[in-house]
Amino acid sequence: MHIVDGALSGPVLAAGGAVTLAGTAWGLRSIGEREIPRVGLLSAAFFMASLIHVPVGPSSVHLILNGLIGLVLGWRAFPALLVALLLQAVFFGFGGVVVLGVNVANIALPAVLIHFLLRDALGRFRGRTAVFAMGLLAGAGSIMGTTLLVAASLAGSGQEFLPAAELVFFTHIPVMVVEGLLTGAALVLIRRVRPELLHRVAEAAPLAEPAPALAAEGRS
Amino acid sequence: MSHALGVSRPRGLEALPEGHWLQRIDPRTRIVAAMAYAFLLVACRDLRVLGIGLGIGVGLMLAARLPLGPTLRRTLGVDLFIVMLLLLLPFTTPGQVWFQWGPLTATWDGLWRGVEIGLKAAGVILMLLVLVGTMDATRLGHGLHRLGVAPKLIHLLLFTVRYMGVLRREFLRLRQAMRARGFVPRSDLHTWTSYGYLFGMLLVRSLERSERVLDAMRCRGFDGRFHLLDSLRLGQADWAFGTVFAAGLILLGGLEWAGG
Repeated sequence: MHIVDGALSGPVLAAGGAVTLAGTAWGLRSIGEREIPRVGLLSAAFFMASLIHVPVGPSSVHLILNGLIGLVLGWRAFPALLVALLLQAVFFGFGGVVVLGVNVANIALPAVLIHFLLRDALGRFRGRTAVFAMGLLAGAGSIMGTTLLVAASLAGSGQEFLPAAELVFFTHIPVMVVEGLLTGAALVLIRRVRPELLHRVAEAAPLAEPAPALAAEGRS
Repeated sequence: MSHALGVSRPRGLEALPEGHWLQRIDPRTRIVAAMAYAFLLVACRDLRVLGIGLGIGVGLMLAARLPLGPTLRRTLGVDLFIVMLLLLLPFTTPGQVWFQWGPLTATWDGLWRGVEIGLKAAGVILMLLVLVGTMDATRLGHGLHRLGVAPKLIHLLLFTVRYMGVLRREFLRLRQAMRARGFVPRSDLHTWTSYGYLFGMLLVRSLERSERVLDAMRCRGFDGRFHLLDSLRLGQADWAFGTVFAAGLILLGGLEWAGG
């Protein structure tokens, strides 16, 4: 859901830029110096996600997975997504330059929101079904948030975009379902293989205990 | 079976070789030029000015001898929803009637608005691909660093670039393991949860890798700071390119201002 340059009005562009600037500054502050490899690798993993096409009906969608990004990274989602979208624009020609702030804010804001809404609850639930349900909620909710923000960016830029804004929302309902199911499954797996990924990424935890490599090999 | 591999996006343009004239121009000059161009083009309204602006981008692309096919494909490739957006515009913008089709009325104003957005979007992306997309990521990082972007963000960028390729291979390995067990992507619950496991596994593995990377870096004396060593100097080529490019932008701005 990359908006291109030229469509949005000045105030919308300025607002998106300001939100992204503030979110990135705040996110960077909370990245410890030793955490950079970790956030960098997760950012690369999410960049990969945007290249994966998943069949849906007769067509296919590419993943955003910002719910999962939010749960794992919190405020760090802003710098991670800024880097990912910047690289997409520079090397693949997606999105634009002036509109970059709006595009990052549209994806990162719901991610951060999901983080604060669901992270504590996620710590309390243990059962497979409950974790899957949380993932479903996080995945579908964050895409819905992004779609609403994209629609709002368009509607805020001119009345003539209103029908397109509505169309964006309704055509993305299948995407919400798929991202929800995917995020649910991914959470169930992470919860079983590396539960600390969901809780401990916040602390700088320099040396982790040996990874459960065997358990990891078994499921993929 | 276009998604048999799961990855069907085009790969990035190759960075230009060292001796190319564009590579003799400092990354900072190129980044600033592409940004100035983007802001100016987005601010313009006159279609003729936008056309000339896009022409400058095409001219630079030709002068740099970039491969035409891949460059243009990336310039024109947009999300489906942008295509819908532009196609809807003539029918949703009030103004002078262009044609009527059943209950729908298309207007010239909407058509020109769509053309305006298309020209801006294409121009900005083309210039970005030509000036910035042709440098390797290290150069981009160093350039942004010297332009005052926060060091942590630069490190994050360099790490992301470094491990994108590694994770892509990891992803393809996992994907191949699934295919070996007879997995065929379909539009059903099984496929979507399998992709969820696949991506969850990718995250877990990248996290494990990041711990090994950090350990290895600490063995080599990493104390949380990177020292970016570069030898960026603004030279004659930069002044020459900068002057010509700025003259072009001033001309565009002048035309827009005089025409409006």
